[in-house]
Amino acid sequence: MLEYLTTPLHYDYMLRAIWVSAMIGGVCGFLSSFITLKGWSLMGDAISHAVVPGVAIAYIVGLPFALGAFIAGLLAAGAMAVIKSQSRIREDAIIGIVFTTFFALGLLLITISPARVDLKTIIFGNILGISNVDILQVIIISAVTLIVLGLKWRDLMLFCFDPNQARTLGLPVRLLHLTLLTLLSATAVAALQAVGAILVVAMLITPGATAYLLTDRFSRMLWLSPLMGALTSLTGAYASFFLNGATGGCIVTLQTILFLIAFVFAPKHGILASKRRAKASIPSA
Amino acid sequence: MTPLTLDVDSVSVAYPNGHRALNSATFHLSGGTICALVGINGSGKSTLFKTIMGFVEPSSGSVRINGLTVREVLKKNLVAYVPQAEEVDWEFPVSVRDVTMMGRYGAMNFLRIPSAADKAAVEESLRRVSMWEFRDRQIGELSGGQKKRVFLARALAQGGRVIMLDEPFTGVDVTTEEAIIHLLRELRDAGCIILVSTHNLGSVPEFCDQVVLINRTVLAYGSTAEVFTEQNLTLAFGGVLRQFHFDQSTIQDHDGRAVRVLTDDERPLVFGKDGHLEYKDRQGREDIVKQREENE
Repeated sequence: MLEYLTTPLHYDYMLRAIWVSAMIGGVCGFLSSFITLKGWSLMGDAISHAVVPGVAIAYIVGLPFALGAFIAGLLAAGAMAVIKSQSRIREDAIIGIVFTTFFALGLLLITISPARVDLKTIIFGNILGISNVDILQVIIISAVTLIVLGLKWRDLMLFCFDPNQARTLGLPVRLLHLTLLTLLSATAVAALQAVGAILVVAMLITPGATAYLLTDRFSRMLWLSPLMGALTSLTGAYASFFLNGATGGCIVTLQTILFLIAFVFAPKHGILASKRRAKASIPSA
Repeated sequence: MTPLTLDVDSVSVAYPNGHRALNSATFHLSGGTICALVGINGSGKSTLFKTIMGFVEPSSGSVRINGLTVREVLKKNLVAYVPQAEEVDWEFPVSVRDVTMMGRYGAMNFLRIPSAADKAAVEESLRRVSMWEFRDRQIGELSGGQKKRVFLARALAQGGRVIMLDEPFTGVDVTTEEAIIHLLRELRDAGCIILVSTHNLGSVPEFCDQVVLINRTVLAYGSTAEVFTEQNLTLAFGGVLRQFHFDQSTIQDHDGRAVRVLTDDERPLVFGKDGHLEYKDRQGREDIVKQREENE
């Protein structure tokens, strides 16, 4: 039995997939506390889809794919900001237009490009076949994200909670905005490797949303959320070996299971706790 | 220390869509005053408020505090801000203490790790607004008045000299309102400039020393008694204000007073027979009541 359970650990590619997934899951979880509370979930979805043409172009011209993806992500965010400030169109519509445009452009580039870019890899991720160069990119992105969030989380928390107060304190609000946006694009690129463009947004939202149901303190969210992100990614990658299923699917399904458990059983904000409170507030006859 | 000054000179603000929110607004205040910024919705009141806080850049004119530009002043932590209740995300996972600590960020090091002095300032501020016992509560669990007191504590912890309050009495119980007014008076006596944005006319003469009346520009500014005339208010509020006249023929009051009431919401403004404000503050009103009782 033990031998059976440790089989995946005998394969180099599985070991790599497991620890790289855990790292990506942890970093995305860390960031997701900020993204969910800032109300940028849709933005995360948009950016993760908008990186696709950047990946395609990077492959075609032979640049590191993270660079192309990152630039495309920031371009999309910039495009959304420009349209928002120059037109009367509502934000959700703008997000919808921009990210589908980028995604369509990406699809087009991939299908007509002479270089062989594997569409499936981009859309669904391919953590099992991740190359050493890609791992290096993920490590760099993760390290930068961890350092920036670790050092400046209090400023970013204030920016998410009350940007006006941040301004009256003389904090560089625009820089904080740009920092969070840049980290979002960068982690979206990293997560693309593990779960693919379609599921990236789950890694960036679900752990934060789950942690938010479990606690009333931002500082506690900041370790709960990455912990859940890392554990589900590690377990998901490991389980995908036995299920012989898509790694991304396994990871995100696990995250959803944790979310559902918190949704029902969370000590204060779960539905059972709410029912108990409602019952207790009605005096018994 | 030289007294604090706030100088708003010919400030005009135009938004990118061409809307001109404010036209050549000018007023001057110096330390030791509670001043109300009064105007209807869309009068440019909140634009002026935002300009003083540096959120909106004037297209022309200047705002100076102690002769410095807003940008310079913000770096020195001189301006503190108490937001409207609607602007705050009450579900955000922060405690009363966390929010108050946010007032200290400007004084903290790069990592914003609270020092003993920061913690002491937070405790003192929370005690001053009687919210120390609630320090570990999540902010959404508080009543309207308690919420307001927490944000006031944040402004105290920050140590701002110009304190801006946006609609401070909306959704606040009378006890809290009195506590807030008491605190604002203490701050005024310590030389601060307290700027209160409100459309609640009736509360203005009760506790404000000065008024800036706004309708796309500054219509009038000065002491409350000077500015709050029927003529000025009609200019500022136009058709929004409801007027009621009571005299001996319509109301059988025991002292048969003739009064004129102006109101735009829950708290009316009362003018006496001679066209002057009936009372200047709570104490004054109580004195009037006492006087009458004694006369009887």
